[in-house]
Amino acid sequence: MITHENIEKNLGLLIVLTILIVSVGGLVQIVPLFFQTSTTTPVEGLKPYTALQLAGRDIYIREGCVGCHSQMIRPFRAETERYGHYSVAGEYVYDRPFLWGSKRTGPDLARVGGRYSNDWQVAHLMNPRDVVPESIMPAYPWLDRPLHDPGIQAKMRTLDLVGHGYTEQEIADAPAALKGKTELDAVIAYLQVLGTHAPKN
Amino acid sequence: MSDFTSGFWPIYITLITLASIIGTWVFLKSQTTRRFAPGEKAELMEHTWDGDLQDLNNPLPRWWLGLFYGTMIFGLGYLALWPGLGNFAGLLGWTSKGEYQAEVKAAEAKFQPVYARFMKEDIATVAADPNARTIGKHLFLTYCSQCHGSDATGARGFPNLTDNDWLYGGDPETIQATITNGRNAAMPAWGPILGAEKVRQVANYVLSLSGRKHDATLAAAGKTVFADNCAACHMPDGTGMKAMGAPNLTDKVRLYGGSEATIIETITKGRNGVMPALSQTLGTTSNKEAKLHLLAAYVYGLSHQQ
Repeated sequence: MITHENIEKNLGLLIVLTILIVSVGGLVQIVPLFFQTSTTTPVEGLKPYTALQLAGRDIYIREGCVGCHSQMIRPFRAETERYGHYSVAGEYVYDRPFLWGSKRTGPDLARVGGRYSNDWQVAHLMNPRDVVPESIMPAYPWLDRPLHDPGIQAKMRTLDLVGHGYTEQEIADAPAALKGKTELDAVIAYLQVLGTHAPKN
Repeated sequence: MSDFTSGFWPIYITLITLASIIGTWVFLKSQTTRRFAPGEKAELMEHTWDGDLQDLNNPLPRWWLGLFYGTMIFGLGYLALWPGLGNFAGLLGWTSKGEYQAEVKAAEAKFQPVYARFMKEDIATVAADPNARTIGKHLFLTYCSQCHGSDATGARGFPNLTDNDWLYGGDPETIQATITNGRNAAMPAWGPILGAEKVRQVANYVLSLSGRKHDATLAAAGKTVFADNCAACHMPDGTGMKAMGAPNLTDKVRLYGGSEATIIETITKGRNGVMPALSQTLGTTSNKEAKLHLLAAYVYGLSHQQ
């Protein structure tokens, strides 16, 4: 019989039993997600990020936008009235890593695409108070500089490994798509596509 | 929840979940020793650590056992009532979607009559109603203030809505159309077509139209440039055309600024101001038509204070 004493004195058994116990949660809650249609099928119209959007997304990560902006609308009326349809799993199929965030110092950005004009986004990122005097968001004036992303093709190939499905043509065209763009262009290209494939009903 | 790719997964989840709870229960039971009789001492274990550290084989504390069993009972109760065991929906039939829909339905029942009353009235009448203005103000702060400002006086490139000067027209129907469907201004870039010299001439002519300080010689030369290139949208007298959103150049209102340098920039690079379509922004929210109606009334009321 397993007693407390022989578990404590038998290191191998202690390790095996510990692993068994702590893995139950993951086995039940995480593993099945890979076999659920709603988490693995993109919503209608959703495409992997283009080279420019992908570069913009990396700048979004670099600048720590996720620290103040979530990308996850919960199914509460107070949220859907302000932001639009609540988020569904299929919208995040091409988000690696996902940028759901956990804190809203600023508003949620999951449906920000198309909500403001490009001109507004430029003015707002350069100095938020030029358009929203009450804003406490920091200004990001340095984004108005040439985009430098030599790793774009490697990134796209890596994402292909997990099924994003970039074609050879798209990967070959990526550096040209980034040529002459600023970091600002890239971030705005990324922001303007967020949530544009939200469920319509 | 036929959401799983195979029927194996619901069974897998159910089995592991229940096995882990039952297994823990059995294991805990097997490790529980009897309670001591009054005065009975715990048995000394057969080992000593660090020379003199001894270990007593005390039974598990009762309060701790109670908490553990309580947690497991709670867990089983939870799994019976709410979804958790594979495809089993739970006895309560709760879903997050259902809860959301109930919340929306309750709100609609409450707000529908309020909205319905305003929908029967035309925009100018609604604009005069203080209750409608309060609702409109909240809608404006949620959806419009980011560009037009919380006081609706706008910013550079984003029109002031309080001055009764309109790019596309200020009658109630036009305001509602602008809000609902958005607007895309299309002033082309004239720099490559006209060249720097002619741009400067026409800029000075535009300055003269609104009576600002200008170079009379350049302005005189710019008059023909204007007539040939700009008058199609801004009209020969420069008073603009609302159907195109071409602004009146004879007044002092300037969306992007009225200095010579700014006007030259505007003519050289063109301007493409975008008002997003609120019917998109409002997406799937409830009472969308009524919100657009109230917003149009609020914006109309900003420059038609009673």
